Amino acid sequence: MDYLLVVLLQIAGAVGNLALVSVGLAVIFGMMRVINLAHGEFIMLGGFAAIFSVQAGINIWLAMLVIAPLSVAVLGVLVERLVMRRLYGRMVDTMLASWGLSLLLIGLATTFFGNRVVGVAAPVGSFRIGEYSLGAYDFVLAGIALVVFAAGYAILRFTRVGLVARATMQNREMASSLGIEPSRVYAVTFAIGSALSGLAGGLLAPISGVLPTMGVAYVAKAFITVITGGASVITGTALSSTLLGSINTVSTFITTPVLGDVALLLAATIFLRLLPTGITGRIFKGAP
Amino acid sequence: MTLSTFCRASGTHVALAAVAMLAAIVIFPKVAPLYTLINVTLYMSMGVFALSLALLWGYGGILCFGQSAFFGLGAYAYAIAAINFGDTTLASAFAIGIPALFAAGLGYFLFYGRLSDVYLGVITLTVTLILFKLINSTGGDAWRIGEARLGGFNGIPNTPLLTMPFTGIPLSPANLFTLACIALFATYALCKRLITTRFGRAVIAVRENEVRAELLGYNARRLKLAIFVISAGIAGLAGLLFANSVFVSPTMFSLSMAAQVLIWVVVGGLGTLFGPVAACFALQIAAAALGKLGLIDPNIVLGLVLVVFVVFVPGGIQPALAALLARILTPPRGSPGHMREEAAR
Repeated sequence: MDYLLVVLLQIAGAVGNLALVSVGLAVIFGMMRVINLAHGEFIMLGGFAAIFSVQAGINIWLAMLVIAPLSVAVLGVLVERLVMRRLYGRMVDTMLASWGLSLLLIGLATTFFGNRVVGVAAPVGSFRIGEYSLGAYDFVLAGIALVVFAAGYAILRFTRVGLVARATMQNREMASSLGIEPSRVYAVTFAIGSALSGLAGGLLAPISGVLPTMGVAYVAKAFITVITGGASVITGTALSSTLLGSINTVSTFITTPVLGDVALLLAATIFLRLLPTGITGRIFKGAP
Repeated sequence: MTLSTFCRASGTHVALAAVAMLAAIVIFPKVAPLYTLINVTLYMSMGVFALSLALLWGYGGILCFGQSAFFGLGAYAYAIAAINFGDTTLASAFAIGIPALFAAGLGYFLFYGRLSDVYLGVITLTVTLILFKLINSTGGDAWRIGEARLGGFNGIPNTPLLTMPFTGIPLSPANLFTLACIALFATYALCKRLITTRFGRAVIAVRENEVRAELLGYNARRLKLAIFVISAGIAGLAGLLFANSVFVSPTMFSLSMAAQVLIWVVVGGLGTLFGPVAACFALQIAAAALGKLGLIDPNIVLGLVLVVFVVFVPGGIQPALAALLARILTPPRGSPGHMREEAAR
């Protein structure tokens, strides 16, 4: 009984983790059809921002929840202005340029921060269920993921900003002829997406530590979660992270962490063959 | 450019490449130190790798993010077969055959499922990551195929060197260099020839407009699958050469390997063959020099090069140079040379 509960809680933790890692990419991809392969490096920089702030004596929650997202958002605005803006409509080129950016950021981070893991202690301890001990921080993450997704859903569904965003997603020509400037919407979207990546990085820093090359591991997972989710940014990502996170945790329990990751990737590949437009391409169509 | 002039030009290119190859084989091993010789052999194997993606992406229009999967598979297939059979000639056939077979299975799944560009990229990337993770986790005695231990992230350091068929004498570095030269040239000539055949032109037609090609009666899915398999075979050959100049390790499957080959094709020029090979050599030499200096992380340079090329030189070096050359060589309007050319047309 306790064991089952522990497995379920682990699954919740893994789902929250995957959802947080993917949501930044989902916002950018869903809105702009731009695949940001530098997403993993945005996460990495969010992590560094959080850790350096903590080392400078700033409160860890402030560092993770405010400083990390803000600093990566600033970077996102720069990247959008300097590179992405020139490539809209050329999907393959944006992919390539963002890959170049990812290499560049890895190189810069290695040069300035060193090729080693830096970490910070998690701000909350662990709790016990029967004879098992679980880290409480995983559930803080899952809780934050829940808040982010609920807020995202509410904003997209019920506010004017959300309406503008959904309109641009559905039909950018129509939206722009109704007086919405797509380039501004894109700039804001990219900044928000980057901020969410930074948030994920900041929150992951106490768990995984931060390393210049850590992004590679996240970008593929995030990429796959988003594509499996399909057209709806919030609903799709939530559903696919639940599905893939569960598969990952269960197979990790049965076998090894590496085979758990392999199972995640394999499941996503098979899923895409069955539902080529993602989960929300078939069911929950039109949800934000 | 009409087809006949294209074929003639293509013939000239192949002839020029043959001369360059012969010159390299005769002169280079005599003048270069051993270290350089081995390094250049390595670059040649990478050149073959660059050609595999240049063909697939440039002419087939299929952007494969996981070309390194075939590269690594070829090398592993070679090493495992060579250790088990003790004969490297048959193992070399495995190095080309196994990736091609794998590509046939994967490609069937991709093209007959009619997956579009982005999904194609995602799935090829995923497959590469799966292989990378799997191979990395094969440390220990439990993971072996026949006699060969897979070795996890250490790879297979005792990768057997190619031997002469029948005699079993291992090839010297100079022999290997010659072999790599021939392989690079042969691959180049094969690709050049392939794109002028009926099959090659049908593949290009599918790249240009898949629907139109299908309406004209071409089986686009089969053509894509075919070019995918050929490209995987070439990547496997590259892996074989790479395995012989270094050794087999999981980094061959890594994302940075997959990124490198994309960068060469982008920099060299999409839709060209010579460009990517030249870019491959230039960037490898630059990366090695930078690595030796240790002043700047090679990733910074690779990343900057990729971003700058995608944004500012989207056609790549070869078309940009060709345009420049054409502008210099073309006589100005109204000059006698120009009039003569006009009359000839």
